[in-house]
Amino acid sequence: MKRAGREWAPVVLVFAAGMLLWQFVLAPWLGRFLLPTPVQIGKSLHEHWSVLWHAGWFTLQEALGGFAIGCGLGIVAALALARYRRLSGALMPYFIAANAVPIIAFAPIMNDWFGLLNPHSKMAIAAVLCFFPVMINTMRGLTSVPPAAIELMRSYAASELEIFRRVRFPTALPFLFTGLKVATVLSMIGAIVGEYFGGSIQALGVQIENSVTLFDLPLAWAAIVVASSMGIAFYALIGVAERFTMGWHPSAHGE
Amino acid sequence: MTVVELKGVSKEFHGGTVALQGIDLDVEPREFVSLIGPSGCGKSTLLRIIGDLIAPTAGTATVNGKSAESARRDRDYGIVFQQAVLYDWRTVGKNIELPLELLGWDRKRRKARVAEMLELVELGGFEGHHPWQLSGGMQQRVAIARALSFQPALLLMDEPFGALDEMTRERLNSELLSIWAETESTVVFVTHSIPEAVFLSTRVVVMSARPGRIAEVIDIDLPQPRTGAVREDARFFELVTSVREALIRGGVEI
Repeated sequence: MKRAGREWAPVVLVFAAGMLLWQFVLAPWLGRFLLPTPVQIGKSLHEHWSVLWHAGWFTLQEALGGFAIGCGLGIVAALALARYRRLSGALMPYFIAANAVPIIAFAPIMNDWFGLLNPHSKMAIAAVLCFFPVMINTMRGLTSVPPAAIELMRSYAASELEIFRRVRFPTALPFLFTGLKVATVLSMIGAIVGEYFGGSIQALGVQIENSVTLFDLPLAWAAIVVASSMGIAFYALIGVAERFTMGWHPSAHGE
Repeated sequence: MTVVELKGVSKEFHGGTVALQGIDLDVEPREFVSLIGPSGCGKSTLLRIIGDLIAPTAGTATVNGKSAESARRDRDYGIVFQQAVLYDWRTVGKNIELPLELLGWDRKRRKARVAEMLELVELGGFEGHHPWQLSGGMQQRVAIARALSFQPALLLMDEPFGALDEMTRERLNSELLSIWAETESTVVFVTHSIPEAVFLSTRVVVMSARPGRIAEVIDIDLPQPRTGAVREDARFFELVTSVREALIRGGVEI
């Protein structure tokens, strides 16, 4: 406990100092119209809690859906590409080229394809964003097994499936989790940016957009706080899952 | 029955590098045979051909009277590499258990054997440790325990102590000899340390490089069981000298 306190104290201190600076220096200096104070944001958050919470949940569901689809496809693609090197050689340049396209630019098109009010359009954007980092990381993990680790399994006459289950998959896990953690953040970004191009009034992105249009900046900031909290919670959830499945990993023991 | 029988084994890699040419070698039960030679003489390749991890371009490798492939499928040998190749996500005990799991042993039998093996390599009490918590020498002992866990009659070792410091290496040499005596196994051992080859072996196979060929085979007549004192024996030095001279005749510059 004492050690945890010592670790967290500086973090809490920086937070408090930042808030005070914002409240008493930054916001008064910039003018409350440009930058509302933390107290104003807190009030707005309290006042509109029910609406914001539901909007946040609505958007989080879109993000989760996109995350599941994007990561699922990313993992499947990585398995196929790691297994069939020739396939990987043929497709990889296209994946890399596709990744260089600013995928957010496709948001209006997704809205057009799946329907502006349909959550599936936001899921599609989030999924496209999640796909690449998960695929690349998983593939790197699957192909970074030391040759001797495979030879050892072959010396035991282990089948390809056993080699996968006992060596390739555990080796790839830390890489996979790196991809998944990046994807949590990307899925929230995808969902909210998709909503900026139009969506259900229940959605967080639409809430932010509308309150900015109505010059209700405290509400916009309150919505941003909700969005960030959800993003952080989602990231932390994957972090916990990582710790849980990889307690064996040296990094989990601070070594 | 002859444990390892190599007849006219050659290996040419893609790109035309001839790693091995016309290797004939028989290893009898209970022998400890070392393969020694300059880097690039194909000694590791030869070991992998015996283990059916690489296929020869020409010639045949027979292990326990069957093809090397059948022998591998029957799990006739255990192998130890220069790196311990322990899986980080498994504890020491679980690493040793791995081949037993693949063999379908039940839990109770596996646990009993792991305890026995840890005793053999003097690592009692480390069962629950993770590999990264062990020193290099301890990791290599785990790898040896794992290779021996299913009691293969043949042990293939590819420079297992090459990455260790001299003192740890000498201690593990002595340990390996007592394990070899205790388990009554046959060992084929790749090394590029002359004293190590002489200390451990009943026979030293000296190889020459490019293409890898057997230059000479030297019988090591030091008495058994050997202890660290053998290293100070006059005969030990004579044998070290004759292996060195054979290496020089084979084209090594020392």
